[in-house]
Amino acid sequence: METYALLGDEAIALGAVDAGISAAYGYPGTPSTEIMEYLQHINKETGKPLARWSANEKTAYEEALGTSFYGKRVLVTMKHVGLNVAADAFMNSALLDIRGGLVLAIADDPGMHSSQNEQDSRYYADFAHIPCFEPFNQQEAYDVMSEAFELSEKLHVPVMIRLVTRLSHSRAAIKTSPRKPENPGIKAPDVKQWMLLPALARKQWHQLLGKDVQMKQFSETSSWNSLELNSKSVGVITSGLGKNYFLENSSEYTENYSHLHIGCYPLPTDRINKLASHCETLIVVEEGEPLIEKQLRGILPQSTNIKGKLSGDIPREGELTPDTIRSVFGLSPKEQITFDSSELPGRPPQLCKGCPHDDTYKFIKEVVSELSESAVMSDIGCYALGALPPLQVPETIVCMGASITMAKGAAEAGMDNVMAVLGDSTFFHSGLTGLVDCVADNASVTILVLDNSTVGMTGGQETILPSDRIKQIALGIGVHPDHIHVIDAHKKDHEQNVQLLKDELAYKGVSLIIPVRECIEYFRKKKRTEKKEN
Amino acid sequence: MKYDIILCGVGGQGVLSVAAAIATAAGIEDLHVRQSEVHGMAQRGGAVLSHLRISDSEIYSDLVPQGSADMVLSMEPLESLRYISFLKPEGVLISAQEPFINISNYPELSSIHDQISKIDNSVLVNTEKIAKAAQNPRAANMAIVGAAGKYLPVKMESLHKAVSILFKNKGEDIVKKNLSAIDLGGAI
Repeated sequence: METYALLGDEAIALGAVDAGISAAYGYPGTPSTEIMEYLQHINKETGKPLARWSANEKTAYEEALGTSFYGKRVLVTMKHVGLNVAADAFMNSALLDIRGGLVLAIADDPGMHSSQNEQDSRYYADFAHIPCFEPFNQQEAYDVMSEAFELSEKLHVPVMIRLVTRLSHSRAAIKTSPRKPENPGIKAPDVKQWMLLPALARKQWHQLLGKDVQMKQFSETSSWNSLELNSKSVGVITSGLGKNYFLENSSEYTENYSHLHIGCYPLPTDRINKLASHCETLIVVEEGEPLIEKQLRGILPQSTNIKGKLSGDIPREGELTPDTIRSVFGLSPKEQITFDSSELPGRPPQLCKGCPHDDTYKFIKEVVSELSESAVMSDIGCYALGALPPLQVPETIVCMGASITMAKGAAEAGMDNVMAVLGDSTFFHSGLTGLVDCVADNASVTILVLDNSTVGMTGGQETILPSDRIKQIALGIGVHPDHIHVIDAHKKDHEQNVQLLKDELAYKGVSLIIPVRECIEYFRKKKRTEKKEN
Repeated sequence: MKYDIILCGVGGQGVLSVAAAIATAAGIEDLHVRQSEVHGMAQRGGAVLSHLRISDSEIYSDLVPQGSADMVLSMEPLESLRYISFLKPEGVLISAQEPFINISNYPELSSIHDQISKIDNSVLVNTEKIAKAAQNPRAANMAIVGAAGKYLPVKMESLHKAVSILFKNKGEDIVKKNLSAIDLGGAI
């Protein structure tokens, strides 16, 4: 048994390796990125397991399905909104006869530290009819992997691990167990259970509904859901990190609360009923959406008094903290030094000094300032920071790849001077298919792929393919060669870049401008690695 | 024993290295440690906050509750004030005195320094001078670790060990200069 100080993400990675995975796939996204980075670190040291970034979350999920089809254990990882991209593969995978354990580690971002929404992945697990574990500390993040793989192979379903930023990015010491061997490669015994043709899918759906009962049984008897009956007046239901915050304040409680901690789903309804029949009031402390509370309340009137996010006793938005749950337990706020920090100027994140995107946005800004009508549709990545002062160029930021397709829609609605701005990695992720649409309909859009040769925002992972191939791809798809321009993202070319953008906006068809310059952070990182290796 | 620290600064200033040095030192002394970090978007020149909790018994929350921090340890004066609500009334605030100005509306520095000195237990550290004396311009963060040293529930010796471990890959010279910055920070 060895001890390591690991991030929650790293504990997931090490737990997966010790559970005997053969492979892992994913797409970078805060706060999940460090799972794959740690797996790649382990791979570098030991040659195992295979740990690959994919073009996007959907391709990652499908690659993982292939590994599972061959009987081997596989981890797939992404951030919460990434699961939207992988949702087609994910939802259907629940109907398959999973043999090689398939576990997905999904990192939610309550508080939106680095995301565009607060969606709660537990809903996805419920939606797909699969079990979900929710570790509340780094040790559990490690321990859960082995149990999740076993359950996946026992019930023949994918299993979700739901993480949140505060666990993913917090470090603590953990103890490890001996490493399990990998599964041998054995093809799925019955391929009919992997073909979701309607007639076969109906059988699989019937089977999955049958598995619901087994999942429920597991949940009712699992040590991940622990019930302690004490006080008869108030019972507390915690899930995930809610437990930590509940315990953090425990020295101040005047009552010995009854407590049910939920660490795995589907919900253990018998245990919930047991708690509810023991106590007059229930307090529900859960991170994310009030998923448990909503199910407790239902629609019809009930005798139990329930306090939580829906009743307004705990804030509905943002991250839970030890402070936000004090009032529901009757505790007053802790004494603080009197100082009004709301008067201090904010310090939002910004493009790094010397960032190539800065030079690109400056020439776009100049062109836009002279137009009576224009739109700059942007995307998810470092370049989104150009939406903040002083640049303020992007006007829409919705989801990966949406820049190109939203630009097409606006142009086809009759809007003039519509631009799409996205990065090279986002282009490979889901910009490519949008470009196909644009070419198919000869949409009047000017697409700028800001090529910095890296996945910048998540810490400089390599773009899936060399980004200088984007030009060849565009040519192959059928963008007119006269309207593809690879330029320097540099202030020395500002004037000619302004002119080029004006010319292409005047063209009624698909234009592709690729401003190229290496990410300044990636460049530094490369230099450091080179120096270390020499 | 329980000791909670709020570490702050601006993305790129080495806040995570400060956290790593103290956390590693606490680990060397077999104490429980929880360290919550900021990754991703906020690291790009934005305000950075890290929670570091040290205890001789189990720690539950990764986050330090408001009004509970024994120390606010900051790489930047304006940022030290931003998180003052975490500080216990009897807690100590330690900050580098040098501003990091990457916003157009940065307040008058003297007013920031004044507000800091109004806090009962506050220390402003001339990290630039210390880094210079340690012959390593990038050791400002280790000067801050040194200045925090006498308040922390870990021995100076453990901080030394931690820094030697963390900077081992960067060579003996860098280790020596960082140790020197810690000692100079500790001497103020």
